[in-house]
Amino acid sequence: MSIVVDNISKQFGSFKALDRVSLEVREGTLVALLGPSGSGKSTLLRVIAGLESPDVGTILIDGRNTTHLNVRKRNVGFVFQHYALFKHLTVRQNVAFGLEIRKHPRRQVKDRVEELLDLVHLRGLGDRYPSQLSGGQRQRVALARSLATRPQVLLLDEPFGALDSKVRKELRAWLRHLHEEVRVTSIIVTHDQEEAMEVADEIVVMNQGRIEQVGTPTQIYDHPATPFVMSFIGPVNVLPNTARLFHDNGLEPLNEEVFVRPHDIHVQTSANGVKATAIVQRIIHLGGEIQVALALTDGQTILANFSREQFDKLKLTYGQQVFVKPKAAKSFPLPKSLL
Amino acid sequence: MIDQLRVQQPLTKASRKGINSVSLPWSITISYLALMLFLPAAALIAKSVTVGPVDFWRIATSQVALSAYNVTFLTALLAASVNGLMGTLIAWVLVRYKFPGRKLVDAVVDLPFALPTSVAGLVLATVYSEEGWIGQLFAPLGIKIAFTRLGVLVAMIFISLPFVVRTLQPVLQEMEKEIEEAAWSLGASQFQTFRRVLLPPLLPSIFTGLALGFSRAVGEYGSVVIVSSNIPFKDLIAPVLIYQRLEEFDYAGATVIGTVLLFTSLILLLLINSLQRWGSRYAA
Repeated sequence: MSIVVDNISKQFGSFKALDRVSLEVREGTLVALLGPSGSGKSTLLRVIAGLESPDVGTILIDGRNTTHLNVRKRNVGFVFQHYALFKHLTVRQNVAFGLEIRKHPRRQVKDRVEELLDLVHLRGLGDRYPSQLSGGQRQRVALARSLATRPQVLLLDEPFGALDSKVRKELRAWLRHLHEEVRVTSIIVTHDQEEAMEVADEIVVMNQGRIEQVGTPTQIYDHPATPFVMSFIGPVNVLPNTARLFHDNGLEPLNEEVFVRPHDIHVQTSANGVKATAIVQRIIHLGGEIQVALALTDGQTILANFSREQFDKLKLTYGQQVFVKPKAAKSFPLPKSLL
Repeated sequence: MIDQLRVQQPLTKASRKGINSVSLPWSITISYLALMLFLPAAALIAKSVTVGPVDFWRIATSQVALSAYNVTFLTALLAASVNGLMGTLIAWVLVRYKFPGRKLVDAVVDLPFALPTSVAGLVLATVYSEEGWIGQLFAPLGIKIAFTRLGVLVAMIFISLPFVVRTLQPVLQEMEKEIEEAAWSLGASQFQTFRRVLLPPLLPSIFTGLALGFSRAVGEYGSVVIVSSNIPFKDLIAPVLIYQRLEEFDYAGATVIGTVLLFTSLILLLLINSLQRWGSRYAA
């Protein structure tokens, strides 16, 4: 079922949570709403679910206007960050809840629950209470519960936010796999760009109640539309165009702010035509990659990333002088208000 | 000393649930409870059995005593139940609703704890008498409240009001809003959400509040003695009957009735406790 968000605004007191947001989610896709806290991503999800009503705008689910439809009639599956399981009910009873409310025949409920427990790999744990499960297991119960009634859309609000990073990674891969199996139109809210990249077909980057960019993970990373997206997705050095990194190398960027990814910083140990110099300040080993902090002569500090192979060739040491230049840089037209 | 030194065993899986050996905190607890609870209770029982089994049975089951138990326990149970319902509602409103004066109302709930029971009796007797503010509303309907069993009920409700509210409030505060939202998103109505999702986890606390309120109501003396007419077979409660026996220097008779009260309360509390345990069976 497709989801259309048309010109939605929502205000909490004087805080504009959503500012004329429009978005289309195609049937069967998994879309991530990505943004920092307070960007409006959770509010947008809750508006789509019907847990929050918008001040203006329309929500269409499968072409039907659901803007003012009560949450219980919307048939959306909702998964919460802190699971929101019914603690007094067993796993099986939790999963059966929606079906029993809808008065499905007992036999049918039983079969559907077993089917779902299989789907989320919790067969055999059906008689446990939520308090007897691990965090990852609880979230899988919550997922099974929300899928039981075959919802038109599945909405996940930071579903892995409360889990430790190892379990989070496992569940991400698993969710992706599950989505391929079930193919229900899904929206996942996250502040973790890696999570969004890994799970989603399409990413919606949000900031201050507005959508900054919509695109596939590759589009978002390689062709960021705004400075915000550039700096929010992946590490980046933000430098003024007056920085000596550019000037000393004969570069004169037009825009005031210039973005350079750490892997786009070229470093060599002898000049060979590269004029900007820097001192190695810090070397951080990040597993496969090595990150080096470089202090430029004008006081700027930039980060440069190297593969292990590159790094071994350079043989950098603390305090060493090196020669640097940007291999690629990006800048954006300044917002009108600043011109 | 040797006993106390011996107990520091590592907490293995088996012993984590409870330390069996004698330790200092344990010894203090037991001595304290013995001194403050078991000893007085034992003294009461010891004194009561001096009358011999035949007289004990005769006094314990005399018509006036039976009627007094009836008034005491039934009214206390009724008062506790009323507060179980109303206390749940009040706690809900205090936690979930934002309204001007909420802090004041929250503080006022404790008033029955702070007020001397004689003052409570005085106030209730005045307000609920036939000329009182509330009593005059019921008088034309032929309903008398003060100096009847109804008055006893009102007094017991008054003094046990805070218990359910106070035991429930922290539990309600901890309850995540998301639980309700999850139920709604699964199609549950407001009522279904309350009955199937919100109420079950609250039951243990409600039972705790009920048990406390009930015990308080059974033991109440000061306010009831003022608001009731203390006439046997009408609205005489057991604690007042005991006091009347004492005034007649019938110490043995007083302790016999006291012992019956003690055991009945104990049995009822154990019953409510097991209800409470049943209500929280899912907590690991």
